[in-house]
Amino acid sequence: MTIKDEIKKVRDNVYEIPGSFDKRMRASGRFYIADEYFDELEEGAIEQIVNIACLPGVQRYSIGLPDIHFGYGFPIGGVAAFSMRNGIVSPGGVGFDINCGVRLIKSNLTLEDIEDKLDELTEKLFKNIPSGVGSKGKIKLNEDEINDVLDLGAEWAVNNGYGWSEDLEVLEENGKMEDADSSIVSDKAKKRGIPQLGSLGSGNHFLEVQIVDEIYDDEAAKAFGLEKGMIVIMVHSGSRGCGHQVCSDYLRVMDKAYKKYKIQLDDRQLACAPLDSKEAQDYIQAMAAAANYAWANRQLMTHWIRETFEDVLGKSAREMEMDIVYDVAHNIVKMERHKIYNREEDVLVHRKGATRAFGPGREEVPEKYRDIGQPVLIPGTMGTASYVLRGTDKAMEETFGSTAHGAGRVLSRSKAKKDYDADEITADLATKGIKIKATSKHVIEEEAPGAYKDVDSVVRVSDSTGIAKLVAKVKPLSVCKG
Amino acid sequence: MKSYEYFDVTADIGLKAYGESLNEAFENAGLAMFNIITDTSDVEPTDEISFEITSEDEVSLLYDYLEELLFYHEIDFMLFSEFHVEIDEGLHLKSTIKGEKIDWDKHERKTEIKAITFHKMKVIKKDFVELHAIVDL
Repeated sequence: MTIKDEIKKVRDNVYEIPGSFDKRMRASGRFYIADEYFDELEEGAIEQIVNIACLPGVQRYSIGLPDIHFGYGFPIGGVAAFSMRNGIVSPGGVGFDINCGVRLIKSNLTLEDIEDKLDELTEKLFKNIPSGVGSKGKIKLNEDEINDVLDLGAEWAVNNGYGWSEDLEVLEENGKMEDADSSIVSDKAKKRGIPQLGSLGSGNHFLEVQIVDEIYDDEAAKAFGLEKGMIVIMVHSGSRGCGHQVCSDYLRVMDKAYKKYKIQLDDRQLACAPLDSKEAQDYIQAMAAAANYAWANRQLMTHWIRETFEDVLGKSAREMEMDIVYDVAHNIVKMERHKIYNREEDVLVHRKGATRAFGPGREEVPEKYRDIGQPVLIPGTMGTASYVLRGTDKAMEETFGSTAHGAGRVLSRSKAKKDYDADEITADLATKGIKIKATSKHVIEEEAPGAYKDVDSVVRVSDSTGIAKLVAKVKPLSVCKG
Repeated sequence: MKSYEYFDVTADIGLKAYGESLNEAFENAGLAMFNIITDTSDVEPTDEISFEITSEDEVSLLYDYLEELLFYHEIDFMLFSEFHVEIDEGLHLKSTIKGEKIDWDKHERKTEIKAITFHKMKVIKKDFVELHAIVDL
């Protein structure tokens, strides 16, 4: 008998792994996937949901989202919340790219305004926003400045002239986690962070000029400032080597800690520490600092995007109304207040490849969106659509206010390289009116749209199960890849 | 015996490195890692860096070693093509690595490595040494 035989269907596209499946489970498992995808779902990812449900202090459900796939220790596309009294924190529950996230910038431009200049715009964006392996950011930080970046996040960037003060109002956490403490971050992480601040990265990270292709919810779209035919810009990037190093540092710390605190684990990469331990508190502060780095990073890129549009189109960014719609983190751990059965409680929510999807009324949602629910940004893969959704009450009830984060890889990179040819992909995208600039042909092949799960299906399941509702579809016009 | 090879994992890439000794296997693991980032045959060994690390077991030593290589690649903006490793009984490793500054007009630009993982990381000793590591891309 396989694990799948034990799973019960709760309703369309929602499944439960009963707590009775494994006597070590302290909570049940739940996952949200397309019914037609159930048979294909990797057992490894389901086992990981079960492993998380066995960790101390886990609350209600260990959750898999529509894009769930196997990750290191914790699955990607997973959410788990832990009690502040007897719970744990785990770097594996956040992942290497701390505060990898997505930002959407709007404009008052239409296709007509940029059509003739799209080539120039793409070339200059590619040049002005460093990307790819071995790329350096354009600014030179010293040791004091990196500490300020880690402590202040996007606020540091705005204070130094990168962006507008109102930008901060529409970033998750206002682009700065107060828990951050740069003095906890290792010199190694700082040294990796210094040259890379203000760079996109590589792999699935991207910068796209997009057009709003379809509106599903007029009221929410209006609140978010989106209209059909509008030119928007999406950035998908994270905390670069700085965040990767913080994760690595604390995987090693937790590897010792879980043995010290006698926590039973099946997989070394679930390494964690009790929340009241020094190891746990240090990780939370260092993680927050790396998250701040990522917000500063996306803020710098926003500034250079605006400058590039100004340069190419000869109008000011203010004139073009290049306001930020929102900025979400999809690899992060945070203390949040949630309803646990009938009581409101503070819990520590780990989101790894999961987007916060807070519904209407939550004070964490910017005031101008509070009646609607927060904007949820789900990026597609190279050359495919991306989506804007809104957070819901259902997400608050069922998934600690969380939903999917993207497509999720299905083909290995070497398989993608064998199956796809960079020149053919570039030509194919060109026939769809999409331009692509990349640092190498390798990345175009490795990131071929066919190497990923269909983002449309991921978003449809989020919408149909109610853990976020569709607002708009955006389509790429040009793509910059590292 | 080949010095290294790769194996597929869905989102990332795995490497297997071989050697007559632990030292040689570690050296080949370094080479395997940098051939993910670039083609090391174009990287001239003009500059060198030396470092030492100590870890609690052999798997951790492999993790720490590969992470150290990634660190120097990023902060010194270098690619490496020659790896010399000496490990003594106390899980203490001394290494000298040689390479040159990145020049993307000269060096092939392949894939960025984000981090080393502990996933299925192995140090296998039989009549030769075999190392397994998966790197996060």
